[in-house]
Amino acid sequence: MYGIGVLKTLGITFYHFLMTYVDEIRYLGRRDDPKNIPERQGPLGRGAFTLQYPRERRPVPERSRNIPFLVVDGETGKLRCTACGICAQACPVQCIWIERAKDPETGRPQSMAAAYHLDIGLCMSCGYCAEFCPFDAIKMDQDWELSSYTRPGFWSAEQLAKPETYHAQLHPADYAEEQAKKAAKAARARKSA
Amino acid sequence: MKYVELPEIPPELQTTVRLTTVDQLYNWARQRSLWPIFFGLACCAFEMIATAASRYDLGRFGMEIMRASPRQADLIMITGTVTKKMAPQLVRLYNQMAEPKYVLAMGACAISGGPFKEGYSVVSGVDKLIPVDVYVPGCPPRPEALLHGILALHARIGQESTRQMRAFRKAPDEGIPVPLLGPDLVDWRRYEGLMEPARVEVDWKEL
Amino acid sequence: MGELKGVAADIFPRLNERFPGALQPAERDGLVVDARQLVAVARFLRDEQQFHYLSSVTAVDYPQPTAEFPARFDLVYHFYRLSGGGYLALHVHADRDKPVVPSLTPEFPAADFQEREVWDMFGVRFEGHPDLRRLLLWEGFDGFPLRKDWKEAYYEEEHKPFKSRFPEGGAPVPAEERTPLKDNLRFPAGWEPQDWDFEEADRLLYQRMLSADRDPAKPLQTDEMILNMGPHHPSTHGVFRLAVRLDGETVRHLEPVFGYLHRNHEKIGERNTWLQNIPFTDRLDYINGMTNNLAYCIAMEKLLGWEVPERAQTLRVIMAEFARIINHMVAAGFYGNDVGFFVTAALYAMEERELILDLFEAVSGGRMLYNYMRPGGVAADLPEGWVEQAKLLVDERLPRKIELMQTMMLENEIVQGRSVGVGVLPPDRAIAFGTAGPVLRASGVPYDIRRAEPYCGYEQFDFDIVTAEHGDSYDRLALRFGEIWQSLRILRQALDRIPAGPVQAKKLTPGLKLPAGETYGRIEAPKGELGFYLVSDGSANPYRYHIRATSLINLTPLSYLTRGMKIADVVAILGSIDLTMGEVDR
Repeated sequence: MYGIGVLKTLGITFYHFLMTYVDEIRYLGRRDDPKNIPERQGPLGRGAFTLQYPRERRPVPERSRNIPFLVVDGETGKLRCTACGICAQACPVQCIWIERAKDPETGRPQSMAAAYHLDIGLCMSCGYCAEFCPFDAIKMDQDWELSSYTRPGFWSAEQLAKPETYHAQLHPADYAEEQAKKAAKAARARKSA
Repeated sequence: MKYVELPEIPPELQTTVRLTTVDQLYNWARQRSLWPIFFGLACCAFEMIATAASRYDLGRFGMEIMRASPRQADLIMITGTVTKKMAPQLVRLYNQMAEPKYVLAMGACAISGGPFKEGYSVVSGVDKLIPVDVYVPGCPPRPEALLHGILALHARIGQESTRQMRAFRKAPDEGIPVPLLGPDLVDWRRYEGLMEPARVEVDWKEL
Repeated sequence: MGELKGVAADIFPRLNERFPGALQPAERDGLVVDARQLVAVARFLRDEQQFHYLSSVTAVDYPQPTAEFPARFDLVYHFYRLSGGGYLALHVHADRDKPVVPSLTPEFPAADFQEREVWDMFGVRFEGHPDLRRLLLWEGFDGFPLRKDWKEAYYEEEHKPFKSRFPEGGAPVPAEERTPLKDNLRFPAGWEPQDWDFEEADRLLYQRMLSADRDPAKPLQTDEMILNMGPHHPSTHGVFRLAVRLDGETVRHLEPVFGYLHRNHEKIGERNTWLQNIPFTDRLDYINGMTNNLAYCIAMEKLLGWEVPERAQTLRVIMAEFARIINHMVAAGFYGNDVGFFVTAALYAMEERELILDLFEAVSGGRMLYNYMRPGGVAADLPEGWVEQAKLLVDERLPRKIELMQTMMLENEIVQGRSVGVGVLPPDRAIAFGTAGPVLRASGVPYDIRRAEPYCGYEQFDFDIVTAEHGDSYDRLALRFGEIWQSLRILRQALDRIPAGPVQAKKLTPGLKLPAGETYGRIEAPKGELGFYLVSDGSANPYRYHIRATSLINLTPLSYLTRGMKIADVVAILGSIDLTMGEVDR
C-alpha cells in the first residue's frame, strides 16, 4: 500500500515519544537524582535525553581541555614554571608571551618567569603547552564558565595560577603518574647518594 | 541600574498578590523568548546545533525557533570565523534585524579571529563590525558554556530599562554602513567618520 | 636527477617512447612535462594507460632556483588508476614572471575548480579554461597570496615560533597594534576608495551566468531569472552561495560561489611547524576531526618513514570508523532536514553523535576538535573502561538506532519521491569530475582507498565496499547507511583484538623536522578522498602545504547535476553530496 513508509516513520517518532513517558515511570520521581545522570546520559539510557543544565551537570572526562592554568606547587608555594619557553614555542597560535626573570645584580637569567601572559581570546585549546611542558607546570583546565561582557584578552600569571590540589582533583590518573615519577626519581637520587 | 524599591506585601496576601515593575515584566518576557538566527559559519555552528539538539535543548529557554530570516530574530550568535568576504553580508543581516537585538560572539574566532587571526582574509573579531553583548570563549565552547553565555545575556537583559534602551531611542537608526570589498575590506566608518564606531572599546591592560 | 620510484618508474619508458624529449624526471618525485605537450600526455595517460582519475591539481612557488631547475611555478598533477595503486605525479614548470599553462579542464573536468584556485592563489593563467575567475577571494583583491613574496598585514616572521614571545615577551602586544591601520588590512600605496569599482566581482559572475548553457533552439521565448541562494540560507550547509539561472522553476545554469569561509589555512600552514598544523587540520572538516588528523599524519609518515606500532594502528582504525559513523548519520539527518523532516532525523542523529563524542572526549580531551593523531601513532592511550563503553555502543545501541533511522528515512515515500531520479551522476562523468567517496561509489564505481591503497592496517579487517547502481540522491543516501553497517563490522573486529604495545613510534618534540622531499598522502575520509600534498625542505616548517579537499572536488559536478532540475531539487542534491564548508574553503 502506498504510504506504509510514511506510517512507519510516524510510528517510530511516536515510539520515541512514548518511551519518554515509560522512562519517567521507570524512574518514578528519582529522575532528578544526580546518581542517575550517568545512566540516563549513557548508551543504556532510554527516553528523554535532555540534561537540565544549569540545574544538572555532567562530570566531564579527565582529559577534557579548555583554557590552560599554571600549577602552584604544593611544597614550595610558588609556580612550577621555570620559563623554559617550550610552551611558547609549541603553541600553534603563539598566544603565550613569557619574559624570563633576570637576576637584578648579575643580569644572568633565572629559572622563573618575570611575566607570563596568555591570550585566552586566541587560545584554541589544543593542549600542546600541557603536553610538552617538562616540569608539569601548565595543565589544561576544565572550567568553561568564562563568558564575559567585554572582550577577553591577556591573562597574567596571577589569573592563570591554580593550586596543585586543584590539579590533583581534576586529573587523578595524570597526577598519580606524576607522583610516581617523582617518587622514582627521589628513590634513584637516594640510591646514588 | 537600580531596581525600584517595591513595598512589602503583608504575609496573608503573599500567595495572591505580586508586585513588579513594567521593566521587570517586559524584561522577563523578552528573556524567555529570544529567537536566534540560524547563522552558522564554521565549527562553532556545530556546537550551536548540538546545543539546540536533544541533550542540551535550547527549547527549555524558548530559543528552539531558529529563524533564517533576520527580520524575525532577536539574537544573532556569531558562531565561527568571520571572513572579509562574509563581512558585508553579516553587517547587512545585523542592520535588518529589528530592535531590540543582541549579539553573542561564540568561540575564539568570533571574539578575536581565533587561530586564524594572522590570516589575510579573516576579520580580527566580530566586534570590529558590530557591537557585541556577550563573549563566550573556547574553541569550540562546550554547549554548556554556550548556555552559560546565554544566561549571562539573560542577566544583562534583565537589567535594561525601557527608558534607556537603545530600542526605544527617538533618533532615527541609520544602521551600520556596510563594508565593501576593494583590494581589502573597506570599512566606511574609517573613511568618512559618519557614525560613532558602534563597537565595544577594548582595554588590553584591564580584563 | 632524482631517482624514479614507484609508478613513475614504470610509466616513464612508455611515455618517453611516445613523446620523446618531452619528459624528464622531476627533482624529487614524479616527472616533468613540457607545458606544450601537457594535454597530449594527459590524454595518452587516460586513454591508453588507464589513468582515468585526476585527483589533485596544485602549484608550488620556487622564487629561487633549486638544485636542478630555475626559479619557477611548479604545477603538480596527481593521477591514479582505478584498479588501485599509487600515484603518478606530473610537474609542469611555468615561468615566474609571466606564468601561462594550458588548461586540463576541457579533457578532465576535475581540474575546473582547482585551476581557478591556482589562478587565485598564485596568478598562473590557464589557457583554454572556460571561466577563469578567482575562486576563494574576490575579484579585485590585491595580489596572489600564496606566493612566497606576498606578505599579509599581520606578518611577523617567516616561520613560527616567533622570537618576540620568548624570552623577552614581557609586554604582550596584540596583533592589531603592530599594523599602521590598527587592523588586519593592507591597501596598495595611494589607493583611494572613490576610484574603485566595487561591482566588478558580481558583474563578472553575472556575465558568466548569462552566457553559459544557452539553448538557441528554445521554442518559447520566456524571461529567465537569476536567483542568489545564500550565503546565509538555512539549507546550504554552511556559508555557501549559489547563483542559479531559472526558467520558471527549472534550473538552466548554476554557478557556486565559494570563499565565505576562506581561513587561509595553507598560508598559515607554511608559517606553522609540522606539529602545530595538526590542530589546524581538525578545523577542516570539523564534523569528523579524527580523519583529518589521520590524513595529515599519514602524509607526514610517508616522508618520515616511521613505522607505526600495531596498537596505534588499531586505535587509529577505531577512531576513524567511529568518525565515519558520526559523519554518515549526521549527513543522513541533515539530508532529512532538506527534504522535509524538519529536524526529526537530525535530532536522532545528534543523539547518537553525542554518545560517540563522549567516547572521543574521554580519549582525546576534545568534544569535536581532537588533536589526537601524531606522526608515528596517537597522542595518548585509552583510559580505563573505554573499550567496554565502546562495545556497549557498537553491539547494543548503535545497531538498534541505525535500523530505526534507516527504516525511517529509506522507506519513507516522501523521501523517495524527492530523491529517486534526482541528480543522476553516471559513472563515467563521476570519474571525469574527480568525485570520491560515497558520491563516486553511488554511481557504481567500486573505488575505496581502504582497498585501493591500504593504510593503517585495513588489510587485516574484513569488510565490503558498498556500491549502488543509479547514482541519484536516493542511492547516495542509502549507500551512507550501507557504509555505517560496514563500519560497525570493522569496529566489532577491531575492538575485539586491540594488540598491546606502545602507542607512539618515537617521542616527539615541538621542533620536529621532516627530511627534504615531497609526497602526497591520502585516506578514505567519510566524505571522500582527503589528501595532503607536502613539500619539505628539511626544516621544522613545511615549504608547501596543500589540502586536496574532497568537498570542493565533489562540488564540481553540481552544475551538471542540477541542469534541468527544479529549484527545490537543488537543495536535495546539495544535501546528498554532503559537504562541509571548512573543507571547501579551507
